[in-house]
Amino acid sequence: MMATRCRVQLGTAARFTLPVFALTMSACSGFQSALDPKGPRAAEVARLHWTLTAIATAVYIIVIGALVYALWRASTREPFIDEHQYHENPDQAGVMKRGVIIGVTATAIILGVFLVLSVSTGSAVATVRGDKPLRIDVVGHQWWWEVNYDDPIPQNQVKTANEIHVPVGRSVLLKMRSSDVIHSFWAPNLSGKKDLIPGHETVTWFRADTAGVYRGQCAEFCGYQHAKMAFYIVAEPRVDFEHWLDQQRGPAPKATDSLTQTGERVFLSGACAMCHTIGGTGAGGNIGPDLTHLASRRTIAAGTLPMTTGNLAGWILDPQSIKPGTKMPPTQLDPQSLQALLAYLGSLK
Amino acid sequence: MKVCARISVIVLVGITLNACKREQRRFRETPPSATASNAIVMSTLQPGPSVVETGVRNPYEDNAYAVAEGKRLFDQMNCSGCHSHGGGGIGPPLTDDEWIYGSDPENIFSTIVEGRPNGMPSFRGKIPNYQVWELVAYVRALGGLQGKAVRTTRDDHMMFKESEQARDKGHPSPTFVPPTSVKQ
Repeated sequence: MMATRCRVQLGTAARFTLPVFALTMSACSGFQSALDPKGPRAAEVARLHWTLTAIATAVYIIVIGALVYALWRASTREPFIDEHQYHENPDQAGVMKRGVIIGVTATAIILGVFLVLSVSTGSAVATVRGDKPLRIDVVGHQWWWEVNYDDPIPQNQVKTANEIHVPVGRSVLLKMRSSDVIHSFWAPNLSGKKDLIPGHETVTWFRADTAGVYRGQCAEFCGYQHAKMAFYIVAEPRVDFEHWLDQQRGPAPKATDSLTQTGERVFLSGACAMCHTIGGTGAGGNIGPDLTHLASRRTIAAGTLPMTTGNLAGWILDPQSIKPGTKMPPTQLDPQSLQALLAYLGSLK
Repeated sequence: MKVCARISVIVLVGITLNACKREQRRFRETPPSATASNAIVMSTLQPGPSVVETGVRNPYEDNAYAVAEGKRLFDQMNCSGCHSHGGGGIGPPLTDDEWIYGSDPENIFSTIVEGRPNGMPSFRGKIPNYQVWELVAYVRALGGLQGKAVRTTRDDHMMFKESEQARDKGHPSPTFVPPTSVKQ
């Protein structure tokens, strides 16, 4: 009877503990994890993390071991009768004194090592590696990311949103501003956090050594939709990156068939053009994200939804149900206008 | 004594609940539509029987969030291009007591949606109705027509200076005198 109950309890415990444990461990790898570094900056931080964890684990095991040993020894010994007896035993006092001295010294040394490790990691992470880094301007908005690729020739400047394309192996220098509240740029696989502060430019850098898509996230509470303020860093080989940049530099593709032409007219005559830009058309609003090459992006609404026609339709008609509080207002459109608009937006590759 | 305590509790709760309206954030609103503004009249003088109440009311009166959103839209929709943050320029000032086309919420709504002669463009179909009502709430706050609780509203974003609603009312005059009564 007793054994059965015990087994049942163990089973329950395992049922609850195992998934939690698995969830914790799943954070160790993946596309938004500081423990799966894909660049030198994140690698430095991950190395520091594992070193500190290893030392702290060793200290924990030693301390707990000493405690268990002390308890075990105390149970096998004659207890002290009074304080008098304790003072008459200089051997005992000497051992205790030595124990305290060793403990304090070891603690001081370990903390000193921690200090040296973290300061050296800090300085290793602070400076940009490699010359001629790619310069990208990032502006934080409630609740999306504006990304500008600077170029001395104005027509070569590129403006996009929520997706940062970078070449593999080249350092990227980010100059960051905020248009409203404090945000924080955090792409755990590539770099640590850096705040975006209104009225003050901050700088950070990263380098992606492996091609891939890495998710990043605003890491400073910035209002209602802070959780849905994500971005993607797309690290790709140099040739692919140059191709992408070339394609982004052009104006939006011309509306050719009658459906997309109707869609363009819906966009330009309605409320859309008040906030959004489409390069090559009359729409030049700078309140919302630039939509010139909207269909070439992976997600809409700052990483909230994958880019599909259905999601786009839902987002245009009722963004407040997807992202309550977003600055994008709902738009009332009749079915024909909506279909035309979706066809037009879908053509903006 | 017991009755007295009960009454004061009820009164306190009532006062507290009343404050909720100021902070309410309503994201899915279906306020009176633009077509309702067609029935708004500027004058009580008219032929035939007396004027009928239009029944159009701004759902955002005395709502701090709506006023803050209205302020954001006021800048983003470039109202400042002509009205210059309420001080006036190409367009008339909005911080004074003079209202050419009326100061009631429905009048201001109709001004924004329909446009007015000599330059005020029509924003019909360009700004959703609920955002026009937010602008109305802000414009009325500029003119000091909102309740005292909303007058000293704060923005949702960081403020570098005191909100204009919190300052003393301005009086634009041909000979401009720099305001001295601005609270820092």
